[in-house]
Amino acid sequence: MNADRITEKLNILADAAKYDVSCASSGSNRKNKDKGLGNASNGICHSYTEDGRCVSLLKILLTNHCIFDCAYCVSRKNNDIKRAAFTVQEVVDLTINFYRRNYIEGLFLSSGIFKDADYTMERLVRVAKKLRTEHNFNGYIHLKSIPGASDELMREAGLYADRLSVNLEMPTEAGLKLLAPDKNRQDMIDPMRFLKNEIVKNTEEKKLFKSTPMFAPAGQSTQVIVGATPESDQQVLQSANYFYKNFNLKRVYYSGYVPVLADQRLPALNTAVPMVRENRLYQADWLMRFYGFHVNEIVNDGNPLLDLDIDPKLSWAIRNMQVFPVDINKADLQLILRVPGIGLQSAQKIVGARKFARLGWEQLKKIGVAINRARYFITCNSNEFERRDLTGQNIKQFIMAESQSKYIKNSQTQFSLF
Amino acid sequence: MNTLLYDGTFEGLLTAVFEIYDRKLHHVKLITGEWRNEALFEEVIPVITDESRANRVLRGLRKKLSTAGVQRLYITHMAEIAGEDSNILGFIRYVFDSDINIEEDYGNRYVMRLSEILKMVRREKHRMEAFVRFQKLKDGTFYAGIEPDFNVLPLLIKHFKSRYADQKWMIYDIKRSYGLYYDLHDTQFIAMDFADGGKPANVIAAYSEDEGIYQTLWKNYFTSVNIASRKNTRLHIRHIPKRYWRHLTEKI
Repeated sequence: MNADRITEKLNILADAAKYDVSCASSGSNRKNKDKGLGNASNGICHSYTEDGRCVSLLKILLTNHCIFDCAYCVSRKNNDIKRAAFTVQEVVDLTINFYRRNYIEGLFLSSGIFKDADYTMERLVRVAKKLRTEHNFNGYIHLKSIPGASDELMREAGLYADRLSVNLEMPTEAGLKLLAPDKNRQDMIDPMRFLKNEIVKNTEEKKLFKSTPMFAPAGQSTQVIVGATPESDQQVLQSANYFYKNFNLKRVYYSGYVPVLADQRLPALNTAVPMVRENRLYQADWLMRFYGFHVNEIVNDGNPLLDLDIDPKLSWAIRNMQVFPVDINKADLQLILRVPGIGLQSAQKIVGARKFARLGWEQLKKIGVAINRARYFITCNSNEFERRDLTGQNIKQFIMAESQSKYIKNSQTQFSLF
Repeated sequence: MNTLLYDGTFEGLLTAVFEIYDRKLHHVKLITGEWRNEALFEEVIPVITDESRANRVLRGLRKKLSTAGVQRLYITHMAEIAGEDSNILGFIRYVFDSDINIEEDYGNRYVMRLSEILKMVRREKHRMEAFVRFQKLKDGTFYAGIEPDFNVLPLLIKHFKSRYADQKWMIYDIKRSYGLYYDLHDTQFIAMDFADGGKPANVIAAYSEDEGIYQTLWKNYFTSVNIASRKNTRLHIRHIPKRYWRHLTEKI
């Protein structure tokens, strides 16, 4: 092995892949087989970058050569950067050796487009196939599907990978046309539909025959870039909701645009990364997937933008004061989940604990409820409760006055805009 | 107030519970250590760990708790957090005093405290599953040193055994001076004698040829994936507290 050459390639191709936000390594159920190497299901973050994102998978590009010229992408054809490409064997060796040292949960392999979609996709599939069949590797593999790849290759990819994803890039078709004129939204949606149907078919077959091989057991995901084009949060979340509903996606990732290129179609190079907005979008996404919120409750024509000052659940609550106060000792789990300051685990603990005794503030605090937010919206086993007839705006001001946003320190510029 | 001295094992704890009920003791304090017949211990009742007595208590617990509940109790004891024995004892007494399963009674201070300890121990276990960094030795064994806050090594067996089935590995708890070794078939606990007082990692600094290369590649990778314009040191340290850094290849 030529260590210097590999080091240089890894630097180039890891650097180019870092803007891909997906890093999840959970949701699969691949077991260690015949005393082989690895298993996949746990979702362990093995390290964290200095920007605080987790490192779970070896996330690299097979190559940063690309025939496309997407304005937001560092690997775009007309960008003057160093190019490199791994061989199939090099990616396999890196993955195995990193995995054996417990650096990673597996591989996330994406790529620039070499020549055409199939030529590139075929190489991605070869890496996964080699890992599975020659090295009995059972760790997590996430392959980025190349838009426009043929059904045959997608099917083969599904046999070796745990998760597949197609990047939608922009939340809307208009945004995509503006920044990636070579790309076609339909080319992204076709493989998604194909995968969805194959996964459904595989699940049906598994019910009949236990020996049916696994097909993309961790499902498919996608990512959209936020802040490069002028879409509202309503458009972003409506689009996410559409893909969750129609393509059974496991995750939609929101990637706050990091300005890396000067282009008149894009925000200026000194524009701050919209980190708070990105965070609020993830919170909203969680509300849709785990808390029973309908997308229209979070954003709608009257409120097309998420409030950057407060989280979306609190924001919903102060717009819907008629729902409150909620009696912690009586309300359904679904309603308790809607109280600001109460998360999934706390809600479940409350419902378990109140079977034994009625709960007061002290117990709620111990269970982990954020009393500073929740106290405006609940009653419990106590005579002390919020008696003033506060408006949503009053509550928002009180809560903001006593809580210091964790973002204030490191994104002054963004905050002073509002 | 009666003070009971037991050997620190889970069986010892359960035997102590047996004694407490057998002798109808009410105000008790549990301490761990070795029995020495000295004046200092005059007021102390020594508990001699007895498997059959421990098993009777365990059977009683199994009747009143779910399987997961018994497991959780075991894990909280394994944590070896100083001063927590009285809470564990409080929990066990509450279990026996109630007619129904009280596992979910988070309004109760003992149930709540055990749930807190469990959370801390589970987090440490999960962190060890993440932060173990193996180094390949000349004989092909993968070695890792760890220094967890709680005694979680026994809780790691299942995870690493089913993950690294085709390589020999060893995880050594430097703080507690014992390790876990997998020889391609089974795992066993081992103690190593580092006679010259050096760190275990230095004593067996017999790395395989390519070890250095992969460590460098990993460090480079770690640097390459960082997005400088999103630097957030506070978040970084919250995820990887500094006390773990000295064993993390990418942070050394």
